[in-house]
Amino acid sequence: MAGPETTVHDSFADAFAAANATSRWKKYLPERIIKAVLFVCAIASIFTTVGIVSVLIFEAALFFQEVTIWEFLTNTKWTPLFASKNFGILPLVTGTLLTSIGAMFVALPLGLMSAIYLSEYAPEVVRQIVKPILEILAGIPTVVYGYFALLFITPILRAINDDISVFNGLSASLVMGIMILPMVSSLSEDAMRSVPRSLREGAYALGATKLEVSTRVVFPAALSGIVAAFILATSRAIGETMIVTIAAGQNPTFTLNPFVPIETMTAYIVQVSLGDTPTGTLEFKTIFAVGLSLFVITLAMNLLSQFIVRRFREVYE
Amino acid sequence: MADVVRGQFDRRVNRRRLYGQIFHALCLISILIGLGMLALLLVDIFLDGWRRVNWEFLTSFPSRKPEQAGIQAALFGSIYVIALAGALAFTLGVAAAIYLEEYASRNWVAKVIQINIANLAGVPSIVYGILGLEIFVRYLALGKSVLAGSFTLALLVLPIVIIASEEAIRAVPPSIREGGYALGATRWQTIWRLVLPQAFPGILTGVILAVSRAIGETAPLIVMGALTFVPFTPDGPMSRFTVLPIQIFNWVSRPQEGFHEAAAAGIIVLLVVLLSMNALAVLLRNRFQRRLEG
Repeated sequence: MAGPETTVHDSFADAFAAANATSRWKKYLPERIIKAVLFVCAIASIFTTVGIVSVLIFEAALFFQEVTIWEFLTNTKWTPLFASKNFGILPLVTGTLLTSIGAMFVALPLGLMSAIYLSEYAPEVVRQIVKPILEILAGIPTVVYGYFALLFITPILRAINDDISVFNGLSASLVMGIMILPMVSSLSEDAMRSVPRSLREGAYALGATKLEVSTRVVFPAALSGIVAAFILATSRAIGETMIVTIAAGQNPTFTLNPFVPIETMTAYIVQVSLGDTPTGTLEFKTIFAVGLSLFVITLAMNLLSQFIVRRFREVYE
Repeated sequence: MADVVRGQFDRRVNRRRLYGQIFHALCLISILIGLGMLALLLVDIFLDGWRRVNWEFLTSFPSRKPEQAGIQAALFGSIYVIALAGALAFTLGVAAAIYLEEYASRNWVAKVIQINIANLAGVPSIVYGILGLEIFVRYLALGKSVLAGSFTLALLVLPIVIIASEEAIRAVPPSIREGGYALGATRWQTIWRLVLPQAFPGILTGVILAVSRAIGETAPLIVMGALTFVPFTPDGPMSRFTVLPIQIFNWVSRPQEGFHEAAAAGIIVLLVVLLSMNALAVLLRNRFQRRLEG
């Protein structure tokens, strides 16, 4: 079949190929290991989600073995730490609603107008200076806002109207509104700045004033982004903890009165964590049921916001 | 007739211009309210607390007497927890970003991970506290330790690090990678020697922002079980601890004026640390941008 020369040649080639394969294998093995390690790090975030969801569902399921979902959702009293126990989440929900809607009443108009100013009116120099300063507001820890609400805003409110208690939803709402203002303004501004110049110039050419261009051309074109920003900011307000814990009180009340002490879902979780409720008891398991409700509400709002951006975004060539 | 029409037209134009000016003023007022509240907050806290900020305050333990209370335990607790959490979030986050950008930018696993990260960033921080309590404190039996606290905070800021690192890596032009491949470098050699050095300032900015977020977090650590009254500095990763924001919260919740003053002083320390970190991040970002342009 083959002469001696070919055999020599073949075996040489084989040896060469083998050596080459070994060196390639040696060269690429670390590559594979590195890729695998990086992959594990990347799916760590999936594990976090799985961890959150399974912890909440597992522990809340134990809670719902003893309290019916119906009672949890419809009872208007929340007194799990008292002798006569009621497990209706509604007072915590109204507390949360009151403070987050109140916050949006502050953050929505102020944030949107700030965004219009930064995007349509402000000279570039002003924008470059003001924007980072406004972002400082978003970076201030919430416990600092809590201090400001309880020890600065509340005394002023009480001087104006003495029906207001030391702990009240109003003060917490006002300060929380200031806290989420930068989020509303920065996201809305991004949406407005992505509206192409040509649309504005077309309107100016027709003789529109800056107000008309801002409110009738830019605002509608950026609406999906602005709505998404509002929903995200509301979701942020619902999950906010320290301001409401410090300034709004720890008194679950089924009311929308902003002058009286209330308690939000987040503040309740903090209250139980600070107290001496033994783990494993029904009282302690309430925090998982409340936590699950909080998680579901904020997740739904975040998904809605992403959906609005994807579905209703105006795309310009 | 023409004069009447012209008069009407002029009146309308004037009115429209007036509305425009009013609107402009309202927008300006809105932004000034935001900035004014920031100034008010900073001034109020400074006036309340500056008298207490001194060496003694930094090196004393909390006390039942407000004038003797200090933040040493909280300060050390914060430093331990944040150093560990920052290191962990940095390693995990950058590795995840490299995988998502360089290895798997277009497959379905990457897509699922991306959506997941976007949603994790919106989960309320207090929910991370519940996760930390169940998984780290109880299931992994780390106890209510520095280690459990830093794991909790690391997971909390992980999305911030990943998103910032991804952007930094994406900003490195493909020609750099192609140059590496053309010289026979493997993928990892290209990433390690060429892509990462270019992306590093951007990544660092993201990590600083993430860490400054972690420094101010209170709720997740309370839920996880950090202490509120700690008369000792943590002596290792398994030690129990408190952090500066929890100490501040504890003082705010007390009725005595003296503790409020201590809280304000604690806030000043916290804000000085945070603002200098933010300034550092802005500085890095500006240098980075200039280098890319130049």
